[in-house]
Amino acid sequence: MAEFRMPSLGADMEDGILVEWKVKTGDHVKRGDIIAEVETQKGIIEVEVFEDGVVDQILVQPGEKVPVGTALAIIRAEGEEERPETAEAKKTTPSTEEKKAAPEKPKPQPAIKREKRIRISPLARRFAAELAIDLSKVDGTGPDGAINRADVERAAARAKKPEKHVPEQPPEKKERAAGFHEGIRKAIAAAMARSNREIPHYYLETRIDMSRALKGLETENRKRSVKERILPAVLLIKAVALALGDVPALNGYWIDGVHRPQEAIHIGFAISLRQGGLVTPAIHHADLKSLDELMEALRDLIIRTRAGRLRSSEMTDSTITITNLGDIGVETVYGVIYPPQVALTGFGRITEQPWVENGMIGIRPVLTATLAGDHRATDGHTGARFLDAINKHLQDWEKL
Amino acid sequence: MNMESAKKGERTDIERGHAFHLLYEMLRIRRFEERCAELYSASKIRGFMHLYVGEEAVAVGVIDALKPEDSVVATYREHGHALIRGIPAGAIMAEMFGKVEGCSRGRGGSMHLFDDKTHFYGGNAIVGGGLPVAVGMALACKMKKEKGVTCCFFGEGAVAEGEFHESMNLAALWKLPVIFVCENNLYAMGTALTLSESVTDISKKAESYNIISDPVDGMDVLAVEKAAQKALTAVRSGNGPYFLECRTYRFRAHSMFDPELYRKKTEVEEWKKHGPIVRFTRYLKENDLLNDKDLDDIEQKIASEIEEAVAFADAGRPEPVEDLTRFVYSEGGKS
Amino acid sequence: MNTRDREITYREAVREAIREAMQKDDRVFLMGEDVGRYGGCFAVSKDMLNEFGQERIRDTPLSESAFVGAGIGAALGGMLPVVEIMTVNFSLLALDQIVNNAAKYLHMSGGLFNVPVVIRMATGGGKQLAAQHSHSLEGWYAHIPGIKVLTPATIEDARGMLWTALMDPDPVLIFENNTLYNMKGHLPANPVPVDIDHAIVRRPGTDITVITYGVGLFKALDAAEKLSEDDIETEVIDLRTLRPLDDETFLASVAKTHRVLIVDEGWRSGGISAEISARIMERSFYDLDAPAERLCGVEVPMPYAGHLEQAALPQTEDIISIVKRMVKSNG
Repeated sequence: MAEFRMPSLGADMEDGILVEWKVKTGDHVKRGDIIAEVETQKGIIEVEVFEDGVVDQILVQPGEKVPVGTALAIIRAEGEEERPETAEAKKTTPSTEEKKAAPEKPKPQPAIKREKRIRISPLARRFAAELAIDLSKVDGTGPDGAINRADVERAAARAKKPEKHVPEQPPEKKERAAGFHEGIRKAIAAAMARSNREIPHYYLETRIDMSRALKGLETENRKRSVKERILPAVLLIKAVALALGDVPALNGYWIDGVHRPQEAIHIGFAISLRQGGLVTPAIHHADLKSLDELMEALRDLIIRTRAGRLRSSEMTDSTITITNLGDIGVETVYGVIYPPQVALTGFGRITEQPWVENGMIGIRPVLTATLAGDHRATDGHTGARFLDAINKHLQDWEKL
Repeated sequence: MNMESAKKGERTDIERGHAFHLLYEMLRIRRFEERCAELYSASKIRGFMHLYVGEEAVAVGVIDALKPEDSVVATYREHGHALIRGIPAGAIMAEMFGKVEGCSRGRGGSMHLFDDKTHFYGGNAIVGGGLPVAVGMALACKMKKEKGVTCCFFGEGAVAEGEFHESMNLAALWKLPVIFVCENNLYAMGTALTLSESVTDISKKAESYNIISDPVDGMDVLAVEKAAQKALTAVRSGNGPYFLECRTYRFRAHSMFDPELYRKKTEVEEWKKHGPIVRFTRYLKENDLLNDKDLDDIEQKIASEIEEAVAFADAGRPEPVEDLTRFVYSEGGKS
Repeated sequence: MNTRDREITYREAVREAIREAMQKDDRVFLMGEDVGRYGGCFAVSKDMLNEFGQERIRDTPLSESAFVGAGIGAALGGMLPVVEIMTVNFSLLALDQIVNNAAKYLHMSGGLFNVPVVIRMATGGGKQLAAQHSHSLEGWYAHIPGIKVLTPATIEDARGMLWTALMDPDPVLIFENNTLYNMKGHLPANPVPVDIDHAIVRRPGTDITVITYGVGLFKALDAAEKLSEDDIETEVIDLRTLRPLDDETFLASVAKTHRVLIVDEGWRSGGISAEISARIMERSFYDLDAPAERLCGVEVPMPYAGHLEQAALPQTEDIISIVKRMVKSNG
């Protein structure tokens, strides 16, 4: 038994349509006889059989489209017994084409005399300059010890100051949350790491006498229903917003080596998630909102944040971030700036502390406010002015 | 002498052994080509393949008359020429199977058969592209005062190419020892001669370059042989090039993937009746030079030669891929 | 052969090279349009017909394809032909023979048949011969595996590369810039064949590498002189051969100077300058203080008007101003 197959007539022929049989079962055929017509992309081609014999079985009917190599009919030799049904499928001859790419013969490296020179990519060089990394201390992992950006990052990480307390992370148990929260964790980790690497931080702190502000707030709140009460945090937000109006240098971004202060003041407020992790959605135009509006915005943000329903603009628009851990009990907050912002303001717990005013000691509710500033964008002087401005605004709380 | 001139019963002066030889060679080509068609359909031969079925008398009649020191330049339809010139069937088959044992190490395929021992310079895939090279080879022979003749085969399609005309002119101008054999099978791929040439008398074109030109019945192996011998004698005497226009016909398509939409089946059938093997076999039988048993013997010998060639090719090995970039430049060359 | 150091033109150097080859080896002959009775379009083969006769100084009809193919065939048949194509512009008529035959025979035959033909052609613009007579396509030819592409700039190379090319078993194309034929220079007393696969540092420098070939060499050397007055030391590399390119020489130079300008009369898109730049990028990225730059022919068919033509070609002043900018930049 032999198989009469759909022939390959060219490299770009993949299949053909059996158009017509010129023989039927039982017909005698000779090698070279045209026994079928096949339609291809080029037109109808007559196909010859390469065996002498008798058509035993037609396997493919006119109109059928089959790939090259498919058995179309069985031809049995003269005198051979008729076999019922299909013959065993012979293995189709595999194509002998090999398409492996030839391996490049490695060219021997010439013994070129090179002067002592640091091999570093332009990107890494720029990065190192920004971080003021001494290149001679960087181990390069690129070809022939070339330095790339990752190498500079590693060197920067090694060179940085000892671990800061990063109080952003809420002291709640961090459960391994799957999926979305895992993603947030990772994003935070990446952002924190990057901030630490890229941004040269300076830190300032100041103590603020909150007595007037709190007393005023208390009086105001008593006039309101519980629902409408204003939280102290709102005062802080507004004070920061106004202070940014006084010291606009801290409101904005550091992008591509350029300080870009922004007109609009969108304050990112750090909100902890129950599942662990932190988000800092923005309250837009905080300076233009009244305390009530800020309270409303804050409440709304907290609800939506915890429900995972923040808008992307809220996630990306902050021009500065406030982190307020006072209600949890931390007194002083040294934070890590969220790039590309250039500042982070932290507020701790308001505690009763001794206070001197006009030569007299008293006990006042004192708030420690801290500023983490990007030293590329501003210096301590500017930062100090900013903290001072916050203080002033909080003293003048009615104007908030 | 040709078959027409020898009537049945007349004593012919064709020697029996030689007659056998001519028939054997033509059948050899025919069966080889048929086997190639089968192997190609089974995907063992790839790329483009152009079969010589129907034109056997030309290759046999001309090449048989060549001497070992002569050179052959052919086209991509050159299996028959390669076989007759003496490249082993196994080497040709292995070449088409892409094996390193092929005559071109598998680097050329069906269209680029080469062999140095038999001075076989391809296997050229550009229509008309071999003519200038043949002219140059003849030039070398002449300058070196060697006796060889260059024999250049091409189809009638080539006469449209500029290279044809340039080569005719140059060969005639410099009186070079080259014999141009135009295998006029009436179709250049799918274009009939009448549709592409303002003057279809090809011999006339050669004559216009002052080259002696003979139109020959390409289906009559004796006629071809006689014309070739005459041409070679003339060329060897230093008189310059010679042109043979062998009028023939291919019974199969241009290449494997060709539905022959450009010609009628009846035309093909008509030509097949006057095919070289059919005619010569009949002629030999009529002149009692051949009987059926002889024919069987011939077919059997040929069949076994071909099967050996296929087995040789099957057993061959592919060239290692690591050697891919060899043969771009000569190895052991100065630079 | 002369035994004294002497002044000679580029043209005469080429002629000497052909004469010497033909005297040394009977297989060598010259074939091309107007090489015999006319004495050569650029007078390279002047008077050679008298010396060698018309068999060996062979005038051809205007049949580039046929006589280039004949050169290939003659090489296959055991001769050593020097085929002269009048200019690279006409070589386009012989592309089939050069690319499909000369470059391929060795490979298609699985190593059986090599083609030791030498094909010389004039190249370049600068003479107000307009669009069809002013191409610099040697970089284009350098794309083809199977042939070698030489661009002798100096008189020593014009004199010495031909013999090496003839002795090479593979097809060699030699491009002679048409503006160099009149150039005068000195030949050492006993000129010897030179190699055809290395570039040479023609002028050492430390601040920047200028890689060039052909007529670009002299513009680069002029520029280097002037730049030196401004304390910029330019290393000038003459490629000499476009295929094979001598990476090692120019990469070593880049490792030293860290800045590189490639000067090429051909067009920049997909030209040899792009190839060199890519190789520098691939292998010397970390040696660069600034991106590799290219000064190439402007991508316009060559205009006839003289001032436009000069504006279309790389000039010494261009090299100077680009080098100054590159050396002063901070990478």
